[in-house]
Amino acid sequence: MRSRTVRTLAAGVTAAALLAGGAACSAPSEGGAGGATDSLTVGIAQEPDTLSPLLGYGKDGNSKIFDGLLRRDAKMNLKPALATELPEVSEDGRTYTFALREGVEFSDGSPFTARDVVFTYETILDKKTNNPNKGELDAVKSVNAKDKHTVVFELKYPYAAFAERTVLPIAAEEVAGKQDVNDGAYNTKPVGTGPYVLTNWRKGEKLSFKANPDYWGGAPEVRKFTMATVEDDDVRATRLRSGDLDGAILPPQLAQTFEKDEGKRTLAAKSSDFRAVTLPSGNDVTGDTAVRRALDLAVDREQMVRSILSGAGKPAYGPVPTDSEWFAEGTERRHDLKGAKRILDEAGWKPGADGIRAKDGQRAEFTLWYPAGDQIRQEHALAYADDVKKAGIKVTVKSGSWEVIDPRLAKDAVLAGGGSPADPDFDLYGLLHSELALDGYKNMSAYDNPAVDKALEKGRQSGDRDERERAYRTVQRELAKDPGYTFLTHIDHTYVMNDRWTGVSTQVEPHDHGLGFGPWWNVEDWRPKE
Amino acid sequence: MTRAGPEPSPPTSPGTRPGPSPRTSAEPDTGTNPDAIPAADGTAPTDQAPAERPARNAPPGRFRALPWAGMARLTGRRLLAAVPVLALVTFGMFALAAASPFDPVRQYAGTAGRSASQETLDELRANLALDGPFTERWWQWLSHAVTGDLGESVSLRQPVAQVITERIGWSALLCLVAFVLALLLGTLLGVAAARRTGGALDRCVTGVAYVLQAAPPFWTGLLAVWLFALQLGVLPAGGLTDTGSDTVTVGGLLRHLALPAAVLALSQLPWFLLYVRQGVADALAEDPVRGARARGLGERTVLLGHALRSGLLPVLTLLGSRVPELITGALLIETVFSWPGIASATVEAATATDFPLLAALTVLATLAVLAGNLLADLLYGLADPRVDHQEM
Repeated sequence: MRSRTVRTLAAGVTAAALLAGGAACSAPSEGGAGGATDSLTVGIAQEPDTLSPLLGYGKDGNSKIFDGLLRRDAKMNLKPALATELPEVSEDGRTYTFALREGVEFSDGSPFTARDVVFTYETILDKKTNNPNKGELDAVKSVNAKDKHTVVFELKYPYAAFAERTVLPIAAEEVAGKQDVNDGAYNTKPVGTGPYVLTNWRKGEKLSFKANPDYWGGAPEVRKFTMATVEDDDVRATRLRSGDLDGAILPPQLAQTFEKDEGKRTLAAKSSDFRAVTLPSGNDVTGDTAVRRALDLAVDREQMVRSILSGAGKPAYGPVPTDSEWFAEGTERRHDLKGAKRILDEAGWKPGADGIRAKDGQRAEFTLWYPAGDQIRQEHALAYADDVKKAGIKVTVKSGSWEVIDPRLAKDAVLAGGGSPADPDFDLYGLLHSELALDGYKNMSAYDNPAVDKALEKGRQSGDRDERERAYRTVQRELAKDPGYTFLTHIDHTYVMNDRWTGVSTQVEPHDHGLGFGPWWNVEDWRPKE
Repeated sequence: MTRAGPEPSPPTSPGTRPGPSPRTSAEPDTGTNPDAIPAADGTAPTDQAPAERPARNAPPGRFRALPWAGMARLTGRRLLAAVPVLALVTFGMFALAAASPFDPVRQYAGTAGRSASQETLDELRANLALDGPFTERWWQWLSHAVTGDLGESVSLRQPVAQVITERIGWSALLCLVAFVLALLLGTLLGVAAARRTGGALDRCVTGVAYVLQAAPPFWTGLLAVWLFALQLGVLPAGGLTDTGSDTVTVGGLLRHLALPAAVLALSQLPWFLLYVRQGVADALAEDPVRGARARGLGERTVLLGHALRSGLLPVLTLLGSRVPELITGALLIETVFSWPGIASATVEAATATDFPLLAALTVLATLAVLAGNLLADLLYGLADPRVDHQEM
């Protein structure tokens, strides 16, 4: 039946047209990122939990909506922001006095005064506030407004790195003070003094900002700033390629695919974001200094950087990156398998029949955990196990959620990550001081070295830069002698963006690089290219 | 893909199907015997002889009056039954969440928790009121919920009511459009394929349906983004508006809705399509159709008026049971297309064991399933004269 075939065909065509019609009833995108230089649209992987500084938003600066008392420039030097100059520190290092900028207003028009500063810090430190980062302000004993434009911090102990913490954004007491800090509207509708004002936050989709025309530092030239939340790396790359985004954070492998694109720039931000293996003192194998040193020499860090990070990173010998001004020259350890074997031989770890060493009946083996789903850590863990096996140490790699890993921290190794570039105290003290052994996620190796403890305290308390530098050199040298962690790599964060603005740069980024970091850390200072 | 609830049995001849539709697992035996409920008024027909009703194969043009009273009573009964169901489901949810290996405090602290001291973690635990047995927390939640206070979402730092009102509209829009699209397309293609089973179109359509059924929605989604957004550049890759603009316009919304809705519809399409095809093909071989043909009725009337009408019965059953599937599919689609709906909140609530939000979302999903079942039963009663709403 010919007519029937024709009708069947017609039905098929109708259906196909319907299908396509649903998809094609529109003109090509007029494009949010179409080419205007006064607007910027970027793709980020994760949206913030909150936009309230009281719960931890923007604690490391660059919060767009807010300003801290201080801020950091491209070279990570502290500069005044809401303060008029760097703080005045008392002789004993326990009193910090900030003179505040006058005439600054929040985006709702209310004036910024010392009361807002006091409110912000006191609220964060309040027991009822669910701010998981409050430990960073542990040193603060009290905050007081001496007058309308002067704030005085009293510290529990002399703390040289304290000024670095005051990049913390200042919230408006007028608005936030009237709400529940933990679930009030301030979390989604923040009011700040910063260069941008939040216009819309559609959770799961994007955050939109517009320039604050009355910004005390001058109105930004990029007048519209949008951060789209795109969790999947491939989707983000696709949207960048389609012109929907002006820039995005991408893993190095994906970033490389843009290298030949005209008009796109790839930026690799240096970071202090390290990956390291904890070597618990409570384990007879990982607690042994000879084993620790052998592990340290047996790992091939250069190879990890090449294969796991596609070259976007650096070998790590401690939390302090090798290109930091605080790095102790000469503490680099080269890949030296023979040296590792020699150390183990001399310490009495003899190879058994299966090639795994043993000493006094104790086999040289331990378990290494990595958090499930974290591919970078998984690859580091597997490469680590491979490398050290060649020296005769058997590492069993396992994955689990932190809930599974937690109770095992005292005995088993874990692939940890962290890093805060602002001051060496932030990483070193928590990782290495014996008083913080196995306290939450601090010092997970239960590292205990009196010389290190002493140097850490000196570095924390001394106000003298040279003295601090000497102290942290000591810490790093001691760590090289008894490496309680095997530090593996520092990971660069890679970004791709349209090359249409001047003033684009990257800062040294921390492990926890929220939306404040990336090339757009200082978007308020960008100028369109001619 | 996960399937919630038992799947309807493969369609055989609709004539063999007993009364009400199969129920999904969310609908327990509430112990009420529908038969025990007396007819509220004298209008309920006591004589159920089919002779009183229009013939099953009556031409489509002739509608009988809708049995409003019966439908209203069925709805009322279901509403009453929903109360213990919801209580049970939320209880189960609290129990499951309590047994989950995820620790709410760690989830709340996020990466910050990786460098937090024990003191901070302990303080958080105390503030989040996570101590005490889950039964107590459930009861607290329930007694607040009945007064309309849904509590605060810990993970999103917002009141639960706000989380839901902000997002549910977008999710409902996406699901509805996709559902209708899948239903229409499925019926159209199913009928076209059933006209000549084994024909070129049938083989083509059925083959594609199997492939689509096997393809995970997020994969189809990525493929669609690649094709329409990247290669052809005709549709936006995600979001509700152009990434650079904030205002939602009708045209913009349609363009942004097109891809996610089409992909979600595609993921739902195979079931409808295959059921319609099977139902209609079976019906075409039955006596009524033969009779209709013998009476010299037009091919169109035979196909749409007779075969499709009885072939659609199993599809009506599917309507209800596909709702959970639709929600699961929407979850993946919303993530791929950055659609600001309820899905991302669901994922977050589940992994963060955010009890209040999880409970509210569970109630919503349960309500959707119950409503889907009710709709299916109502339609079934309307479409099949042998089925009486009184008996469901």
